[in-house]
Amino acid sequence: MGDKTDVWQGTLALMVLRTLEAMGSQHGYGLARRIEQTSGDLLQLNYGTLYPALLKLEQEGFIRSSWGTSENNRKAKFYELTKAGHRRLKKAAAEWEQTTAILARFLTPAEEA
Amino acid sequence: MRKLRGFLLRLCGLFGSRRPEKEFADELESHVALDTEAGVRNGLTAAEARRQALIRLGGAEQTRQAWRERRRLPFLEELGQDIVYSSRMLRKNPGFASITVLTLALGIGANTALFSIVNSVLLNPLPYPHPNELMAVHESKANFDQGSISYPNFRDWQRDNKTLAGLAISHQRRFTLTGMGQAERSPGDYVTSDFFSILGVKPVLGRLFAPGEDEVGRSPLVLIGQGFWERKFSSRPDILGKTITLDGRDFTIIGVLPADFDLSFGNFQAGDLYVPVGQWQQPGLNNRFAGLGFHGIARLKPGVTFAQAQADMNGVSDRLAAAYPKADHGVRANIVPLRESVVGRVQPLLLVLLGAVAFVLLIACANVANLLLARSGARAQEFAVRSALGAGRMRIVRQLLTESVMLALAGGALGLAIAAWGTQAVIKLVPVALPRASHIHLSVSVLCFTLLVSLAVGILFGLLPAWKASRQKLNETLKESSRSVSGSRNRTQGLLVVFETAMALVLLAGAGLMIRSMIAFSSVDPGFNPQGITTFSLAAPPSMSSASPDAVRAYYREVDRRILAVPGVQGISMMNGSLPMTGNDDESLFWLENEPRPANTNDMHWALDYVVEPDYLNMMGIPLLRGRFFTDADNQHAPIVAVVDEVFAHKYFGDENPVGKHINLDGYIEKATIVGVAGHVMQWELDNDASFPLHAQIYLPFWQTNDDGMGFSNSLGTDVVLRSRGDSASTMTDVQHALSAMNRQQVVYLATTMKQLIADSLAARRFSMILLAVFAALALLLATVGMYGVISYLVSQRTQEIGIRMALGADRGHVLRWVFAQGGRLALIGVGIGLVSALALTQLMALSSMIYGVHAYDPWTLSGVTLLLVAVALAACYIPAHRAMHIDPMRALRTE
Repeated sequence: MGDKTDVWQGTLALMVLRTLEAMGSQHGYGLARRIEQTSGDLLQLNYGTLYPALLKLEQEGFIRSSWGTSENNRKAKFYELTKAGHRRLKKAAAEWEQTTAILARFLTPAEEA
Repeated sequence: MRKLRGFLLRLCGLFGSRRPEKEFADELESHVALDTEAGVRNGLTAAEARRQALIRLGGAEQTRQAWRERRRLPFLEELGQDIVYSSRMLRKNPGFASITVLTLALGIGANTALFSIVNSVLLNPLPYPHPNELMAVHESKANFDQGSISYPNFRDWQRDNKTLAGLAISHQRRFTLTGMGQAERSPGDYVTSDFFSILGVKPVLGRLFAPGEDEVGRSPLVLIGQGFWERKFSSRPDILGKTITLDGRDFTIIGVLPADFDLSFGNFQAGDLYVPVGQWQQPGLNNRFAGLGFHGIARLKPGVTFAQAQADMNGVSDRLAAAYPKADHGVRANIVPLRESVVGRVQPLLLVLLGAVAFVLLIACANVANLLLARSGARAQEFAVRSALGAGRMRIVRQLLTESVMLALAGGALGLAIAAWGTQAVIKLVPVALPRASHIHLSVSVLCFTLLVSLAVGILFGLLPAWKASRQKLNETLKESSRSVSGSRNRTQGLLVVFETAMALVLLAGAGLMIRSMIAFSSVDPGFNPQGITTFSLAAPPSMSSASPDAVRAYYREVDRRILAVPGVQGISMMNGSLPMTGNDDESLFWLENEPRPANTNDMHWALDYVVEPDYLNMMGIPLLRGRFFTDADNQHAPIVAVVDEVFAHKYFGDENPVGKHINLDGYIEKATIVGVAGHVMQWELDNDASFPLHAQIYLPFWQTNDDGMGFSNSLGTDVVLRSRGDSASTMTDVQHALSAMNRQQVVYLATTMKQLIADSLAARRFSMILLAVFAALALLLATVGMYGVISYLVSQRTQEIGIRMALGADRGHVLRWVFAQGGRLALIGVGIGLVSALALTQLMALSSMIYGVHAYDPWTLSGVTLLLVAVALAACYIPAHRAMHIDPMRALRTE
């Protein structure tokens, strides 16, 4: 299995928002599975930690939830992005890209002049 | 914004229903079901799939907990739990809770009461816009630093200055009001037009004086106070434009000033009636020499500093001195921040009291900390169990602090009630002692103060025990029985008692010195015998204002005759000029026989003058040292005579006998012959008579007043002094009847006894003495309770030890001595520290001249309070000592 990385604070929210954008409405279990798959199984995600993160996003108005039925006819709570959530995702993604780009400049070997 | 929204939702979560919890349980259940299904599809058994699903979830209960913490505010929730838990603990210990709350209530209450006084008197003494710009203005001249201003000088100062936004003067006086029932003498002031607009006082009805309306010859207008408006006109709004009759002339009412305008400083006192100064038919208005009792207020221009204004006014004064060397040589405008004029004298007293009351609170805190320490000893097991169950150290400290803050808040609430009552009691006790006493109340800032103090106090006295409790060693405590002896706790408690004792000693020393000062005052000889002396003012009927000098003399003779006929009256004198202890002063200017006439009045000699009838000296009990006093023969037809006091005699004649010498009195053509020397009388207040530069006194015969002086054109009022047997109040009623039988339009006012005047002049001191004594008593009480508590605790902890000692042959006397030694040791250390601090702090009191006639290190006071404190401390040890003595060794050992 090799090293699995714990989901560090703050990035989980961004992953949730991005995944919801890609998948549309989704329940907690589906989200957890999808995040794990997207990471190429490199992330060790405690599914439980997802729920406080979802609650926080909902309290801040970036996502909303409603009860629905899953593909195999099970009652589940579905989450989807709000308008504010879409905006938030755009902003956060841009910030994140900038951060990684800056870090990448530091970490790649300097080119000889 | 989003964060705020989240916070608010979480806050709401605290009060919301349990429904979301249920919903989340459902959500988790569906999550596990979905995961289990996936597992089953991958070929696991249902049970194994569910097990793995729960592992992946990270535990259902943990997830629920994390979710719950996110949903609400765990900090607030824990606080809620702490509060519920604390109140349960306190309810179970009502004795502990009530003693603590009561102790704190006394401390906080005393502080709140004093703060509400300080808040109104010191922090907020001038309820006007930009109060820092307001100045009191006086004329500084020979003998008087804050003398009265002559009208021409005022006009020039007003015109020439560049730093003042406004300058106004006032002259306090009374007006005889007739035509509205019984004639009365209403207090008021002559003011210049902008007096009220400079202050920023707005009328509740009508308008203020307009510029120019204070000039001579303008129509007579009057502003009335709201109290007068209510009393005389039942607050009718249609009084504007109506006239009232003052001193026999009609004045048109143009406005009503608010009731809360109660400025009082120097010679200004808010009254009922304000009249433009131009209405004062006073020839002296044009005299640059004549002060006429005017004092001023000014407002600095915005941005101008006090020093700039001072420099500016000095420049103005210098130019006037050059232009009018005769009148203005050595005269300058003296400006003082108005705040200082209003509260300057009480400020040091209040600050010392504030310090004292803070000491009381600290002692209360120390006491409560001691109680909590003793209790946390008993609760050691509880904390040990709690931390064994996973409570962190901070969590326990927080729990204990919640408890102590709750106690402090309860104490604060009760203290507020004590303060509300106490403040009123204090103000009633000494109404004249404080400026702005009527404004003292529990305001919002006082409430905030109490809340802050309560919180601070709760943390202060709670922190030490909480810290100690959180540091105890878990395993040992759990293993040990609850009566384990903790040496460090005893040491802390001992330190707290030492601290309390030291503080109490400082307060007792301060109070002792104040009491000794008051005793010193009561033995100060004012130079006359105040017993049986009543003074009052008499306003002649307005019809007398144009009477001839002879008619006025006849009027006075008649008044004399009628008052002397009143039963019980033993002597009477009309008085012009100065009157001891009343604040009324007047000066005569003179030069000696062998001196040339000085070029200007400021180079003449000054003496306080008393223009009196022949009875005066005898009646006042002032000793006659040489020569004679006046007789009925010293009248307007006889040569001018004068009597001087011993200070005058010594200052101007040295060891020579002044009787028979002549002096030149300014304003008299004839020389006056000195016919006698009288004892010196304290003219000013007892406590600061010495600080006034002018002490020489001269007596002039009332009946020699020349025709110019004998008349009512300036003022209808005269002072009267009488000596009577028996009750002053009933004598005054009879005098009043006798005088209204003579003429219904004359008014008797400001009647008071000389004893009262002397007492009033010490009111601020008596006020601080009483408060300091109360605080010291409170401190003593609290320190005693503290001592008692600690020694009792010690004895109860050592019951077995004492039992063993007694079983091994120690007798009861030995045990008794041991307990007393414990208490005595703490008391002596405390007293030692206290004495050193007291010496430092009483020096401060001496510097702010709070103590009088006694040294700051008065050995009698210090040894007296030390003995008192030690005696009380030992008495506090007696009950526990008694208990220790009667411990039954067998029982004590059996409980082991």
